[in-house]
Amino acid sequence: MLKDITLGQYFPGNSVVHRLDPRTKLLMVVAYIAALFLAKWFVSYAVMLAVLAACVSISRVPPKSLVRGLKPVLFIIAFTAVLNLFYTPGREIWRWWIFKITWEGMETAFFMMLRITMLIMGTFLLTYTTSPIRLTDGLESLLGPLKKVHVPVHELSMMMSIALRFIPTLIEETDKIMSAQKARGADFETGNLLQRAKAMIPLLVPLFISAFRRADELAVAMECRCYHGGEGRTKLHPLRYQRRDYVTLLLGAAVLGTVIALRNFGL
Amino acid sequence: MEPIIRVENLVHTYGEGTPFCRSAVDGISLDIYPGEFLGVIGHTGSGKSTLIQHLNGLLKPTAGRVLFHGKDIWEDTKKIREVRFRVGLVFQYPEYQLFEETVRKDISFGPKNMGLSEEEIARRVERAAAFAGLAPELLDQSPFELSGGQKRRVAIAGVIAMEPEVLVLDEPSAGLDPAGRDGLLANIRDYHRATGSTVVLVSHSMDEIAENVDRIAVLSDAGVVMSGTPQEVFSRSEELEAVGLTVPQVTKVAMELRRRGVMVDAAVYTVSDLYHALTALGKGGAGC
Repeated sequence: MLKDITLGQYFPGNSVVHRLDPRTKLLMVVAYIAALFLAKWFVSYAVMLAVLAACVSISRVPPKSLVRGLKPVLFIIAFTAVLNLFYTPGREIWRWWIFKITWEGMETAFFMMLRITMLIMGTFLLTYTTSPIRLTDGLESLLGPLKKVHVPVHELSMMMSIALRFIPTLIEETDKIMSAQKARGADFETGNLLQRAKAMIPLLVPLFISAFRRADELAVAMECRCYHGGEGRTKLHPLRYQRRDYVTLLLGAAVLGTVIALRNFGL
Repeated sequence: MEPIIRVENLVHTYGEGTPFCRSAVDGISLDIYPGEFLGVIGHTGSGKSTLIQHLNGLLKPTAGRVLFHGKDIWEDTKKIREVRFRVGLVFQYPEYQLFEETVRKDISFGPKNMGLSEEEIARRVERAAAFAGLAPELLDQSPFELSGGQKRRVAIAGVIAMEPEVLVLDEPSAGLDPAGRDGLLANIRDYHRATGSTVVLVSHSMDEIAENVDRIAVLSDAGVVMSGTPQEVFSRSEELEAVGLTVPQVTKVAMELRRRGVMVDAAVYTVSDLYHALTALGKGGAGC
């Protein structure tokens, strides 16, 4: 059950997508999301789908694991689709009591589903191909200008990298505690909502205690190595744009431009 | 004799379908007999922990079977919980599983899940606490105020309180000081003697194993490579070294003594063995 959580998971690899500068990938994802929301009709979506498929195949991330990442948001996707299906005004094709389905509704629902699915897959591709450290390095560097207006960019990115770093640890820990309690007959799978909530206590108490302990230990370990924030800190692997980054950025701009152009033609 | 637990060609693969896929256990067969004190040794990563999580059905075999009293434990998935009550498993560093307000409540978590009566639970808690070497006055304290060694004893008592037919302990002494280690193992020995139940001790300390168990199963990547009494297993020191293990320290001392011309019996596995061997030698008047 917990093994299905793939959020923030990194799939090590050595493809071009893996080696791209994290800033490039972040910018590309932003452009990709913008393009997705600008896409109007089948042609634009087809272009976006082709781009996504190309990126996935280049990255050699198994498509199965991308699809698996969709499981937790399946409900949201279905909910949005149903909502759009029934509440879009337009040419009616079916009506019963207060419910009616329109051509426009079907179209919007379909596009919405496609949009959310592709959005999630695109962002997952980013976290699958970028190690948490590089991801936050990229984010810190991109948000760098905000330091001028006293946004604690370094602290934020440090918090984010610690959080990402500890997701697998906490999952493992949860698994371990769950097994230990199951060995004492704890039952996490059956019962009504209240019983299940109660069954979580033997899991959550040890988990919180160990999370606080870890936080404490990490803070001490960081202080022992004289961590004092981002001031004057240098990097072991400074980020540098390579030729492949420029090429990718150009391609990204081209895709975004194409989608905007297609939008003007209503495609 | 009929084994109480029989493991047949057990295979377990973690993370199938991901780049992290690996087999932790690949074709292990092992018999555990009623009433015995079995030691399982193997180097780090030999699949000891994965193996024992199959014994009470926490993990489901990718292939192979686990039989408890001759019946496949996965035959009826609804009954798997009952297997967990009858095969008690103490994890490595079990003190992290404590969660209740008092030691008493924490120990009674298992019996409560079994649906026992209040009186029976109370009786079992006291009994389990005594076996685990916990003073009665500790029972009403918060488990989080105790020392590391006491916490571990509480966690072990929590499993003993279910009165399982088989008690499996995964490195119960890891991280304890020598006195705490010896005390805890003595408690486990007493528990084994007093209840006559089956105990499986997983460890990578040869000395610990040599001093406690009746029979040893040696685990390596290839499965169970050796099994027998401590004498049988530790007399094959070269084979042990080939799988990344070694003989107890006292055995090494005896071997070194022999090499230097002191003709003690090389088949000593515990400190008291060596003591007897040396005094026998002194009486015989052979000496150096």
